[in-house]
Amino acid sequence: MEKQKCECGHLNPYGTHLCESCGKPLEEKDKNATMVDMRYDGVARRSQTYNKKIVDRIWNFFSSVKIGISIIILILVTSSIGTIFPQEMYIPSNVSAAQHYENEYGIAGQVYYTLGFHNLYGSWWYMALIASLGISLIIASLDRVVPLYRVLKHQRVSRNEGFLSRQRMFGVSHSEDPEQTMTDAKQFFARKKYNVREENGSLLAEKNRFTRWGPYINHIGLIVFLTGCMLRFFPGMYVDDLVWVREGETEVIPGTDGEYFIENDEFFVDLYDENDEVFGPAMQRASGQTVETYQTNAILYQREEGGTVGAEPDLNEVKSKEIEVNHPLRFNNFSLYQSDYKVNEFNKMSLSMTDRETDESIGTIEIDLFDPQAEYDLGDGYRVVIDSYFPNFEFDDEGEPSTVSDIPDNPAFIFQMFSPEHDEDGEYSFVGIQRNEDIFNENDYQMSFEGVETKDVTGLTVRKDLTLPFLIVGGSIFMIGLVQGSYWSHRRVWIRRFDNEVWIAGHTNKHWESLKKEFRALSKETKLDVPEDKQQLKEEEDEQSNGRDDGNGRN
Amino acid sequence: MNNQMEGMTAMAEISANLLLIAFFLYLIATICFAVSVTGRKWRDKQGDVIGNRWGTVGYVFSILGFCFSVGYFITRWIAAGHVPVSNMFEYTTFLGTTLCLAFIILYGIYRTNVLGMFTMPIVLLVIAFASVFPTELEPLIPALQSNWLKIHVTTTALGQGILSIGFAAGLIYLIRTLDFTKRNKKVFWLEFIMYSLVSLVSFIIIRYAFELLQYQATFEYVNEAGESAEMTYNMPALLGPNEGTLLTNGMMEPLISMPAWLRSDDANTVIWSLGAGLIFYFLLRLVLRKPLGGAIQPLLRGISPDTVDEVSYRAIAIGFPVFTLGGLIFAMIWAQIAWTRFWGWDPKEVWALITFLFYAAYLHLRLSRGWHGERSAWLCVIGFVIIMFNLVFVNLVIAGLHSYA
Repeated sequence: MEKQKCECGHLNPYGTHLCESCGKPLEEKDKNATMVDMRYDGVARRSQTYNKKIVDRIWNFFSSVKIGISIIILILVTSSIGTIFPQEMYIPSNVSAAQHYENEYGIAGQVYYTLGFHNLYGSWWYMALIASLGISLIIASLDRVVPLYRVLKHQRVSRNEGFLSRQRMFGVSHSEDPEQTMTDAKQFFARKKYNVREENGSLLAEKNRFTRWGPYINHIGLIVFLTGCMLRFFPGMYVDDLVWVREGETEVIPGTDGEYFIENDEFFVDLYDENDEVFGPAMQRASGQTVETYQTNAILYQREEGGTVGAEPDLNEVKSKEIEVNHPLRFNNFSLYQSDYKVNEFNKMSLSMTDRETDESIGTIEIDLFDPQAEYDLGDGYRVVIDSYFPNFEFDDEGEPSTVSDIPDNPAFIFQMFSPEHDEDGEYSFVGIQRNEDIFNENDYQMSFEGVETKDVTGLTVRKDLTLPFLIVGGSIFMIGLVQGSYWSHRRVWIRRFDNEVWIAGHTNKHWESLKKEFRALSKETKLDVPEDKQQLKEEEDEQSNGRDDGNGRN
Repeated sequence: MNNQMEGMTAMAEISANLLLIAFFLYLIATICFAVSVTGRKWRDKQGDVIGNRWGTVGYVFSILGFCFSVGYFITRWIAAGHVPVSNMFEYTTFLGTTLCLAFIILYGIYRTNVLGMFTMPIVLLVIAFASVFPTELEPLIPALQSNWLKIHVTTTALGQGILSIGFAAGLIYLIRTLDFTKRNKKVFWLEFIMYSLVSLVSFIIIRYAFELLQYQATFEYVNEAGESAEMTYNMPALLGPNEGTLLTNGMMEPLISMPAWLRSDDANTVIWSLGAGLIFYFLLRLVLRKPLGGAIQPLLRGISPDTVDEVSYRAIAIGFPVFTLGGLIFAMIWAQIAWTRFWGWDPKEVWALITFLFYAAYLHLRLSRGWHGERSAWLCVIGFVIIMFNLVFVNLVIAGLHSYA
């Protein structure tokens, strides 16, 4: 497309509303208006100029702020739907999601589940919404920032009359000594930290242009942030696992390829004192105990390099740390968090074989509930064989004994007891917590419960997140841009002399009251009249013509 | 040790007294601002209207009130040993304080007395609402034991306080400019806001009235899990618990029984507040013989809608970055440290995101689509509703990691 030549000699890109150099309105619409549209200083934006090719159409769609806002509102509304019922990740894991929503929330829950709202934030369409927001951010920013940068860089000091008189704040003052007025004004603005430029009797005082870049910088930050969030789906970037470690034991840390190990030296839970003078009343009202600390005293080991595969690894201590909530153990991009625990988990169980008639103990066996032996020899022809072991016992659907898990929360055994009297087949006995039954016939011997040894178990979340640096950088850029764009306003005042007339016009991208305050101060020092605010005049007229300004005799 | 303990509780008492004094100072400030807006204007020697001094007096009382609020905050911090923003009472009180601070800043820029006339009562309401919740000092659960508690919560509250000034200014704009002689949707919704404020006042009054009467009615009922449990009402039960039987003699029997999944005592309180609000509202309508907004409007005649519009926009331009920093960025940093992930779609997190998105939409609508004046004012009102929803509803009704109270 051809460029448009302004009468000042500047070549403007096709589609420009106000000459980039002198500001002269180039379009009929602007020439007839009392105020020109100063948004983006009237630059030619790609999206407003081309509409032919598919690329143009896509560009125009995503560059529209209307579309951007619609996407924001859509994300807002759908996000709120996700909070009506808990998301899938927060429901108990022992029932199926479909059942849980139906049982807990009835028909509404069923609908919620069927529509996929139970996993709303991970759904393809929610991600698509976020992605389109990202695209909108990029295109809408590029569409505006490039021409805006050019126009603010090339703006001339001396502006066209048509530009000045069509500013929202514009005034003409008569001055006996215009030279002096200009000098005073120049000093005034210099003192107010404006950047003042002069050009054949015209003045441009400008302040805080950098604030105009704020929005674009914060958009860049958001794009970096969203990119960082996307990186999580690349393999190796993100680890989220849980490792359970019993007191005194050492476990390999998942996700580290068997390189790192963690030992639980001690785990404990501290409660607040319920009779505490300060906190006692609150705790008694809530009638519950409040935990003060969960803590694992942990030791981190690294496998010795060059060890034989399969052999017991040689471990080198790396560091030890008291892991608490808010105080994770960090190493090599990994963090271990105190996130779960179980106190008094069954670890070892002692049972003794006794003669029913005499009540005499033949011998005691200690069973490691995580690694039971097949057979325990008590000597003199007495031995106990573990026929079956159910770490977490239940009767299954067919009424057969079975186990829910490998964790010994409810251990049960079928023992085969051999004695000199029964050295062929032994006697069968079923022993569990609060259960002790003979299986076939009445037995001569029984296994009786002697004691149990328990251990505390700590649950540590293993986390590696290599996307964090992107998020930190993106978040920081975003915040800088946001502050830059929010806490300053870009003000420009143009003053131009025509013999004894001094024309003055002002523009700010926001907070007009503050600009007016500046003009009032200027007026006091230079005898320049305070320019009129056309928008305010217009609104006052509108209100008057509505005929409902009764005023009540006030003012 | 014992001595020190007694000293601590004495400190808590001092703290409560400071808050009470702050409350009365805010009350005086409210009255001063109301007089400054509605009272006679003074003229200077040249005969120009220069307004009166009541606005300045009100401003001084606001600052004094703020100082006492800070005194409450510091003494309570000493008494508890941790920053007092960890439950509903503490957080809401702090929100009232930040609202006052935000007002002090914006009044410093614009010197609009009417803003004081609207903001100070909101501060009063917020603090009165806060004291409805249990005020005892509570110990910190492990997740809250972090320096980020100070940083994240105070910044978020400050952001919300500043954004709320946008609401006050928006409300002024609407009352100033709407045409109350007509009956239309706008007037209806503005009156709805007024009714909500009246209901909040009713809630606080009823709550204290029954507390003064020491009303307590205990019910035995069947809870969600199908087990028998007890529940104590502090107001006469209009809505009873699921299969509830009244255990306390001489108290009112409930009119209807609620299903088990609903917190029937809270629902009962809501019904009481809304009902009493309705009665108060219509009494006011009867006395004033016009919509509440229409009754206030004449007082605001001297105010430039443009200035009020700018105050609301300024408040949001200042508050939005602060809220984003506290409610999202600091929140994410702390969540990464305490909960192992920076973002987990917890309801409170989602509603902070919604607040962020809403004000982002507001800024875009205002800057790029020219939504000034009335439309902008409505958005400010909606924004405040979202903030209050996140404070009250998400905390008390939607359970999540953030429910402490």
